[in-house]
Amino acid sequence: MLKGFWKLTWVEVKIFVREPMGVIGTLAIPVVLFIVLGKLFQSDAVLGVQMPAGFTAPFNVAVFASVFIAVGAVLSLVAIMSIYREGGILKRLRATPLSPLTILGSHVAVKLLFTALGLAALVLAGKRLLPGLLDVPLLSFSVAVLFSTLSILSVGFVIASLVPTARFAQPVGSAIIYPMVAISGLFFPLAALSDGMQLFANLLPVTHAVGLMDGVWAGGDWLALWPHVLGLLVVFAVFSALSAKVFRWE
Amino acid sequence: MEPVHPPAIHRNSMVSVDPKQSAASPVIEVVGLQKSYGSLTAVDGVSFEVQRGEIFGLIGPNGAGKTTTMECVEGHRRPDSGKIRVLGLDPVRQGRELQKRIGVQHQDAQLQKRIKVWEAVDLWASLYEAVMDTDLLLEQLGLTEKRNAWFMTLSGGQKQRLFIALALIHDPEIVFLDELTTGLDPQARRAIWSLVTGIRDRGKTVFLTTHLMEEAERLCDRVAIIEHGKLIEMDAPAALVTKHCPQRGVVFSSDTAGVREAVEGIEGLTELSAEGEVYTLLGTGDNFVSGVLDAISQNQIRVRDFRTEMPTLEDVFLKLTGHAIRD
Repeated sequence: MLKGFWKLTWVEVKIFVREPMGVIGTLAIPVVLFIVLGKLFQSDAVLGVQMPAGFTAPFNVAVFASVFIAVGAVLSLVAIMSIYREGGILKRLRATPLSPLTILGSHVAVKLLFTALGLAALVLAGKRLLPGLLDVPLLSFSVAVLFSTLSILSVGFVIASLVPTARFAQPVGSAIIYPMVAISGLFFPLAALSDGMQLFANLLPVTHAVGLMDGVWAGGDWLALWPHVLGLLVVFAVFSALSAKVFRWE
Repeated sequence: MEPVHPPAIHRNSMVSVDPKQSAASPVIEVVGLQKSYGSLTAVDGVSFEVQRGEIFGLIGPNGAGKTTTMECVEGHRRPDSGKIRVLGLDPVRQGRELQKRIGVQHQDAQLQKRIKVWEAVDLWASLYEAVMDTDLLLEQLGLTEKRNAWFMTLSGGQKQRLFIALALIHDPEIVFLDELTTGLDPQARRAIWSLVTGIRDRGKTVFLTTHLMEEAERLCDRVAIIEHGKLIEMDAPAALVTKHCPQRGVVFSSDTAGVREAVEGIEGLTELSAEGEVYTLLGTGDNFVSGVLDAISQNQIRVRDFRTEMPTLEDVFLKLTGHAIRD
């Protein structure tokens, strides 16, 4: 079943880096965003009060930048799959022994690889430019980001399988993902939402992604964060299974 | 284009068929194929067989149902009804097994813009158990110099040659080629034609679609004419021409007197017209053209210019459907 997986993944990595704008967008923009926002919120002028040592922004800038990377990966996956379908690339791959699962899996692997690279760039830049900010369990945090990205990507598979054209994929993907981010607890606590909305937010993967990242950032134990881990796992299982059902070659 | 590891390729017992038996047994059988998209009937009760080792062409105008028929045979589209067997397999239920034994070139399918030629070939080669020597394949398709070129930088002809390479890489028994030369210039088209006859000469079966009558006439051992989803005629191109358009034309110019009287009695002559010194004779039968030649020589007619006009598949199509194929 995984025949061709590594080769296809490697080819897709090479194809991705041959488009310099895509690489800049994936690797450089989140870093710039992180540094700029980090500097901004570390300065007293922004909030007008003296911030305690360590992290000071109204929201966790590192989690924000990580969610930005994850969302970018998902939207990029949706765009690539819809372009591949519209351009008949999937149709050509169909006439080979490659399975849809292998094709999706390869693209997910590429996205996770660049998510990891983006995160590494973020950490390297942050250590230099935002001293003190990243004195957290970074390895654990990185795993949380990748795990969260994988789960949100599974929603991307389904979007990618359903949107009819590449031009339509961009707005549809954004329209689904961004509202999830808005009520994820990233910008304001979930408790600020009504009970119904809180329940709804807890069905969404981004909410659990933010919960897990926030928790790990604060030094929380993975076991203690099990509701978020479970939430992300369930979303991944359901949407992966669904995408195998709704996958369209053309 | 000899496979580099022939023993490996023929390891599968289903691949090696007794030549005596295979000569008579069809590799593709289609009976009563029906396929609709909503209210549009794309294929309406099509039946045909393709024999091992022949180039078989489905011809007809765009939208006639050629591609749908071909994709049903490949197992990439599920027919509404009808029976299809390809190499003895059911393309829908045994699709995965079938994909290993056929090579497919889709009409409108592309590759990743920035994939290099060698990467595409290498990726495809990694998907099959037994493959041809890819370097040799690229060389034979004239792509060696383009090994490191991105797909998006290739010309139309180079892209099609790459697609042929990908369709041939696992040395399939049947190669499906959908509108292979559409959009190519005449030179590139001719190069592709010789590649296709080369595939047949290696004992493979080729199933192609085209709306180019010249292509069908040059390439195909047999053609099936399809229009509005129905198969209206099927035979060797020359046999179709003889059957439906038996009339040949002879046009010559002469300043000798008495031409009209000299040719009037020729066997098979159906029409004679003269415009100044240019005479146009239409007639039927195998003896007609030699009858004209005999009359010219016996009557010592001085001929300045002489040509015959043979009907083509295009004329057959016009006669059978009442319109030209490019309409």
